Amino acid sequence: MDNKSLKWRIGVVALVLLFSTALVLPTFVDNLPSWWPKKKVSLGLDLKGGIHLVMGADLNVVLQNTAARQAEELRRALAEKSITAISVAKGEGLEIAAEFPDESAMKEAEALLKDNFGNLTILRRPAANRLVLTMTEAEIRTVKEMTARQALETIRNRVDMFGVAEPDIRPQGEDRIVIQLPGMDDPKRAVALIGKTALLEFKLVDRDRTPEWAQVNGVPAGMELQYGREIARDGSEVRVPYLLRKQSLMTGEGLVDARVSRGQFNEPQVAITFDSRGARQFERVTGEYTGYRMAIVLDNMVYSAPNINERIGGGRAVISGAFSEDEARDLAVALRAGALPAPVSVLEERTVGPTLGADSIQMGLRAGVIGLGLVLVFMAVYYRWSGVVADAALLFNFPIILAVLATFGATLTLPGIFGLILTLGMAVDANVLVFERIREEIRSGKTPKAAVGAGFGRAFWTVFDSNLTTLITALVLYQFGSGPIRGFAVTLSVGILSSMFTALFFSRVVFDTALSGRRAERLSI
Amino acid sequence: MSFELIKPGININFMGKRYIFLGLSVAVMCICLGAIAFKGLTMGIDFAGGLLIQARFTEQVTPDNIRQALDEAGLPTPSVQGFGEDGDNEYLINLQGDEELESDVARESTLNQRVTDSLMSFFGEDKVEIRRVEMVGPRVGQDLRQKAMSALYYSILMILIYISGRFEHKWGTSAVLVGALLGALYVASLLGISMVYLIILAVVVTVILCYTLKFEYALGAILALLHDVIITVGVFALLDKEITLSFVAAILTIAGYSLNDTIIIYDRIREHVQKSRKGDYAEIINRSVNETLSRTVLTSGSTLMVVLALYLFGGAVNQDFALALLIGIGVGTWSSIFVSAPALLFWSRPPKADGTNGAPAASAA
Repeated sequence: MDNKSLKWRIGVVALVLLFSTALVLPTFVDNLPSWWPKKKVSLGLDLKGGIHLVMGADLNVVLQNTAARQAEELRRALAEKSITAISVAKGEGLEIAAEFPDESAMKEAEALLKDNFGNLTILRRPAANRLVLTMTEAEIRTVKEMTARQALETIRNRVDMFGVAEPDIRPQGEDRIVIQLPGMDDPKRAVALIGKTALLEFKLVDRDRTPEWAQVNGVPAGMELQYGREIARDGSEVRVPYLLRKQSLMTGEGLVDARVSRGQFNEPQVAITFDSRGARQFERVTGEYTGYRMAIVLDNMVYSAPNINERIGGGRAVISGAFSEDEARDLAVALRAGALPAPVSVLEERTVGPTLGADSIQMGLRAGVIGLGLVLVFMAVYYRWSGVVADAALLFNFPIILAVLATFGATLTLPGIFGLILTLGMAVDANVLVFERIREEIRSGKTPKAAVGAGFGRAFWTVFDSNLTTLITALVLYQFGSGPIRGFAVTLSVGILSSMFTALFFSRVVFDTALSGRRAERLSI
Repeated sequence: MSFELIKPGININFMGKRYIFLGLSVAVMCICLGAIAFKGLTMGIDFAGGLLIQARFTEQVTPDNIRQALDEAGLPTPSVQGFGEDGDNEYLINLQGDEELESDVARESTLNQRVTDSLMSFFGEDKVEIRRVEMVGPRVGQDLRQKAMSALYYSILMILIYISGRFEHKWGTSAVLVGALLGALYVASLLGISMVYLIILAVVVTVILCYTLKFEYALGAILALLHDVIITVGVFALLDKEITLSFVAAILTIAGYSLNDTIIIYDRIREHVQKSRKGDYAEIINRSVNETLSRTVLTSGSTLMVVLALYLFGGAVNQDFALALLIGIGVGTWSSIFVSAPALLFWSRPPKADGTNGAPAASAA
C-alpha cells in the first residue's frame, strides 16, 4: 500500500487510541474537568455485592377483586335505577352471574350494561332471565397493566425512601419486577420492606358469633378467620383469632400520610391520615357501623380491633399493636409509599456479600494477569519483534473494550471478566494466523514486504469467518442470557470486534510503518 | 531463525491412521452419550430451582453441624459441600424443594431467611458470614430453562445455516438447504414439539441435507461440532458437575470456537484442491492438515493457556465454567485435526480427482 493510505491508517489508529483512552479515563480517575465525558464502567452485583430480586405480583388476586367490586357496582346501579334483580354475584373465575324476575327487567339491565358498563361483556345466557357476565379482554389487560405499573411505582417509592444508592428497578414480562440493590447487604430487611403488601383494610368483627364458635363449627359464608398478634404478660407472642366479615369496609387507598407516633404508654404506633375522599368514606362507614368493632387488618394480620363509639370525621386514625420501633418505622414507610396493588412473592433472589465480590474481582484479575502474561511472553519469544507487535495489539484491546463498555453503559460482571480474558486469549489467534502465513510466504521466497501483504490479505477472511461464529453465539447469548451471562456475552462480542481491529488493522499499520521507506531485507518473525 | 514448535516440513500421516483416531473419538462419544442417557445430567439451581447459601464460619464447623442447625429449626436436610480451600470453613448449603421457595413475603419470611436465622442462632450471629445467596423459584427456573434452550436452539440453528453457506460456494443450493431446514423446523414447531427435540431435529435434518446435497465440508464441520459439544456435556455428566446458566454459555462459546480450526484446515484443503486438480484426495488432506498444524496448535494453545489460568486461579465461583471451556476447546482442537479432516474422506470423492472414487487409506508422500 502506498504512503498516503498508510498515513491515513495511522491517523485512524491514533484517533481510536485517543478516544478510547479518553472514554476509559473516568472509570479510573475522579477529578476530571467538567466537560469530560463521565460515563463509567459499572460493576455488576456479583462484583460489587448487593441484592438481585425478582418479585412476582399475583395479578389473579387483583382481577378477582375487581370482578367482585364490579358485581357490587352493578348491584348498586341496578338498585338506583329500580331494576329488580333476584341476585347479582361473582361466580367462578371472573364471572358475574345475574338473575332477573322477568324478561323486561333483564332487557332494562342489558340496556344499563350497554350504557354504563362497557368493561363488562355478556359471556353466556345459561337459562331464561339469567346472564353470566365477565370482564372484557381490554378491561383485563388494563387492570393488569395498571396493577403492574402501580406495583413498580410503589416499590420504587419504597426503595427511594429506604435510601439505597443507584437502585435499578424495572418491569419484566407482565407480572414481574426486577430489583437490583447494589451495596445492600441486609436482604431480610430489603425483602420485608419491598414485599410487604401494606394492604390496609378495615373490616367488621362479627357480633353474633365468637371466633371459637367458628373454629368448631366452621367459618360461615362471607366471613373469614384472621389472626392478630398480641404480647402476653410473660412476654411471649400469642395469636388471637378474629371472626371478620370478608368484604372490607374500606382500604388504605385514600391514605395520604403515615408516621410513627406515641400511644398512651409511650408505645410506638402509626398515625394515618386520609385524603378528603377517604375521610368522607371513613366518616360514612364509622357512622353506619357505630357500636360494632372494626378490625384494622394489615396484610392479613389484625393489628387492633377497637370499638366504633361514634362517627369519626377528620380522616385520622391510629394503628396500634405490638410493634417494635423499627417495625413501626418500616410500616409507616410502606404505608406512605402506598400499598402494593397485589400480593407479591420473591421468585428469585441472588445476594452477594461485599467480601465475596471483592474476592471475585481479585481472583478474576489474578487469573487474567497470569493467563495473558503467559500469552504475552509466549508471543514475544516465539515471534520476537512481530510477537511484540501482537502483544501491543492485544493490550490495545483493553482501552477499546472498556471504552465501549463505558459508553454503552454496559455492566462488568464476573463472567464478563472471564469473557474479557477469554477474548483476549483468542485475540492473538488472528495474529498467529497472519504470522504463520507470513512465515510461509517468506519461506516460499517472497520479500518481507510482499510476504506481509500476502499474509494479512489472505488471512483476513479466515480470521473474519472464524470470529463470525463466535460472534453469532455471543449475540444469541446476549439475547437470551440474564445478568452475569449477559455480561459475558457483551465482553465476548465487543472483544471479538475489537480484537479483529487490533489484530488486522492496527498490527498491519505497525508492520507497514516498519517496512516503509527502507528496503527491508529481513523481518523478525 | 525463528522459533518453530512445529517444523515447516512436517509430515505426519494423519490420514493413514485415521481409523484409529476416529475410532477413539467414536468410543469417547459413545461413553459420553451413555453417561448423558443413563447417568443423567445434574441440574443446578438455575434450572432445577432451589436455594444455595454460601456461608463462611469463623470457627471449625463440619457439614454435620450445619445439618443439625437446620434440623433443629425444623427445616429440610440440605446437601452441604465444602467450598474453596480446606481451612476456609466455607460451605455451600443447598436446598431443593419447590413449594417452599416462592413465599408470599407479606405472610411469612422466605426460606433463605429461615435458613440464615437457623445458622445464626445455632452458631452465634457473629460466627457466620453469609457470602452468597441464590434462590431460584420454580417459575424462574422454568423460565431460565426455556431461555437456555432457546439460546442453544437459535445459536445452533444459526451456526448450521452459516456452515451450510460458508464452506460450499454454492449459494443457490445452500439457500435450498436452509429453506428446507427452516421449513421442517416450522412444521415441527407447529406440532408443539419440545425445544430439545427441535434442536436434535435441526441437527439431524441438516446432516441429512448436507449428505444428500454432497456438502461434505459442511457435514465434516457439523460432525466436529457435535463431537465437541457431546463430549463436553458428557464429561460433565460423568463428573456429576451441575448444569448451570454459565455452563450453557460455555457450550455456546465452544460451539462458536470449535469451528475456528476447522475453517483454517478446510480453507487450506480447498486451496490445494483448486490448485492441483490431480493428486490423491487423502494426500491433499493430509498435506493441508500438516501445513496448518502449527497454527492449529498455536491458536488453541494460546487460548488454552488463558482458560487454564482461569480454571486454576479464577476462583471457585466460576471454576466449572472454566472447566467446560477447557474441555471443549481441548476437544475442539483434537476434533478439527482428527475428526473434521478425515470425515471428508468418508463421504466425499475428491472433487474432480481423476477416477479415484472415494478414498483408499492413503499414505502421504
